[in-house]
Amino acid sequence: MKGTVLGIEGTAWNLSAAIVNEKDVIAEVTDTYSPATGGIHPREAAQHHARYASTVIRKVLEEAKRKGITPSDIDAIAFSQGPGLGACLRTVATAARMLAIKFNVPLVGVNHCLAHIEIGRWKTPARDPVTLYVSGANSQVLAYRMGRYRVFGETLDIGLGNAFDKFARSAGLSHPGGPKIEQLAKKSTNYIPLPYVVKGMDLSFSGLSTAATEALKRNSLEDVCYSLQETAFSMIVEVTERALAHTGKNEVLLAGGVGANMRLREMLDIMCSDRGVSFHVPEKRYMGDNGAMIAYLGLLMYSSGDVMSIENSHVNPNFRPDDVDVTWLE
Amino acid sequence: MELTNGAEATVKLEGGYLTKDRVAKRYRLRELDERIRKERTKAESRLMSEARRLGIPTPIIYDVENSVIRMQYIPGTPLKHVINDELSERLGKLVGLLHTGGIIHGDLTTSNLILYNDRLYMIDFGLSFMNCGVEARGVDVHVLFQTFESTHHDHKSLTEAFCRGYRHVFTGADEVLDRVTEIEKRGRYA
Ligand SMILES: Nc1ncnc2c1ncn2[C@@H]1O[C@H](COP(=O)(O)OP(=O)(O)OP(=O)(O)O)[C@@H](O)[C@H]1O
Ligand SMILES: Nc1ncnc2c1ncn2[C@@H]1O[C@H](COP(=O)(O)OP(=O)(O)OP(=O)(O)O)[C@@H](O)[C@H]1O
Ligand SMILES: [Mg+2]
Repeated sequence: MKGTVLGIEGTAWNLSAAIVNEKDVIAEVTDTYSPATGGIHPREAAQHHARYASTVIRKVLEEAKRKGITPSDIDAIAFSQGPGLGACLRTVATAARMLAIKFNVPLVGVNHCLAHIEIGRWKTPARDPVTLYVSGANSQVLAYRMGRYRVFGETLDIGLGNAFDKFARSAGLSHPGGPKIEQLAKKSTNYIPLPYVVKGMDLSFSGLSTAATEALKRNSLEDVCYSLQETAFSMIVEVTERALAHTGKNEVLLAGGVGANMRLREMLDIMCSDRGVSFHVPEKRYMGDNGAMIAYLGLLMYSSGDVMSIENSHVNPNFRPDDVDVTWLE
Repeated sequence: MELTNGAEATVKLEGGYLTKDRVAKRYRLRELDERIRKERTKAESRLMSEARRLGIPTPIIYDVENSVIRMQYIPGTPLKHVINDELSERLGKLVGLLHTGGIIHGDLTTSNLILYNDRLYMIDFGLSFMNCGVEARGVDVHVLFQTFESTHHDHKSLTEAFCRGYRHVFTGADEVLDRVTEIEKRGRYA
């Protein structure tokens, strides 16, 4: 594998551009949209990305130049093609197309979920893991089998991060709610029963989030945060363990913004050591949405000849990871 | 003799019968863990017998104690290793019968069916519950189709064969199968 790729991420709240080669991340510049009130407003997020795209790209090119990499060294432009908010995706794709034309290099459309997995495989010792990917909008358990990353289990309604954020809003906490729930949960050891919903390998979080809001009427915020975390994390760790049993794989990789949570990591760590499998967590900067992961999977795809024409570079808000033929693994 | 160390239970063969023990999970809070194991053991023993009354082959239950069930051992082959269109159609009929009787299996995978003496036995009722709603039935079938997709390469014809069997015995089949298509399409982005 050889080459230098510029990648742009912008599926939701984070706009981030990075330049990577096969050795390392050369430069990364990020500009985060944070809503003034409530959760993410898709139109506002897209406006944010449109306003700052050229600045972020200019800065990342400047940063790379200081390290001796110039635009003429760039072999391809990668962008997050989906899944994500349609308006955000279109803004980022437009910026990527313009750059590809300007530098006269191919475009690579990257699946955002797979980028989370591949950067984890790059930056940790994990080789063929079961990946637990838990972010705001997504909650999936994936593993590679016969040419594709298969989805072994996933949420049937909302992602875990969004369920946390929704509950947090109802409790008067500001966005994003996940980190605040983690801090409050540390102050309690009093478990209040909440609905534990596992359906086969799939999960449901929206009922849990509503029940937690209900429980606030009779219990302290700390106790509800604690119980919400314990219930939700037990569900996803259970499904991860089942995927291990079914696939026979012996590594777990954690990805996505919710993966920052230390209680979740502790539970996964216990499950993995009890099963005798290894557990891998990338550095925090590679856990949430980041440009480096898009550039890196872009590099893998570019190296295997997996590029696209401008005409075929439509975004896909519901882009599923198991729709992608994996061209970059043997 | 230990048969498997599945995700949630240890399954042992002792004196001709099978013992399924839902072991404690250290990663879960004790009280949550105990609640889940107790609920699932109870659901499994109750609904496994209920399903047999509906005409679905299931192991006979000899004894239930806390989180341990002793049941008949079915010395067959997991459906996972032998599935073809004909067996998938038969599975469709079994699930149709189950749903007609108001039971949701909750964990339909090709590992949870055993082919023995040309009969298809259904096992692992730990996530089962009673429900006659389209959504619950739809999710039940969706979970199965997902295993077809993630573990069997000819999943399209298996899915079609399943639907034939399911429609054959269950009058509400079309509505449920439409819902399955809708569940698959549900975007994760609001
Ligand atoms: N310490 C934490 N505990 C729990 N949840 C957290 C924590 N830190 C962040 N989160 C949650 O992570 C989510 C953000 O995740 P991420 O950075 O992957 O963004 P995203 O836009 O939702 O990603 P994707 O596009 O991959 O779905 C938010 O819902 C936030 O509440
Ligand atoms: N009555 C039985 N006769 C023969 N084999 C059985 C029987 N019950 C269970 N098994 C075997 O043991 C395995 C695990 O059993 P079961 O599915 O009930 O446990 P589990 O821990 O809930 O599994 P998982 O959570 O991985 O689905 C089955 O896949 C099957 O191979
Ligand atoms: Mg089973």
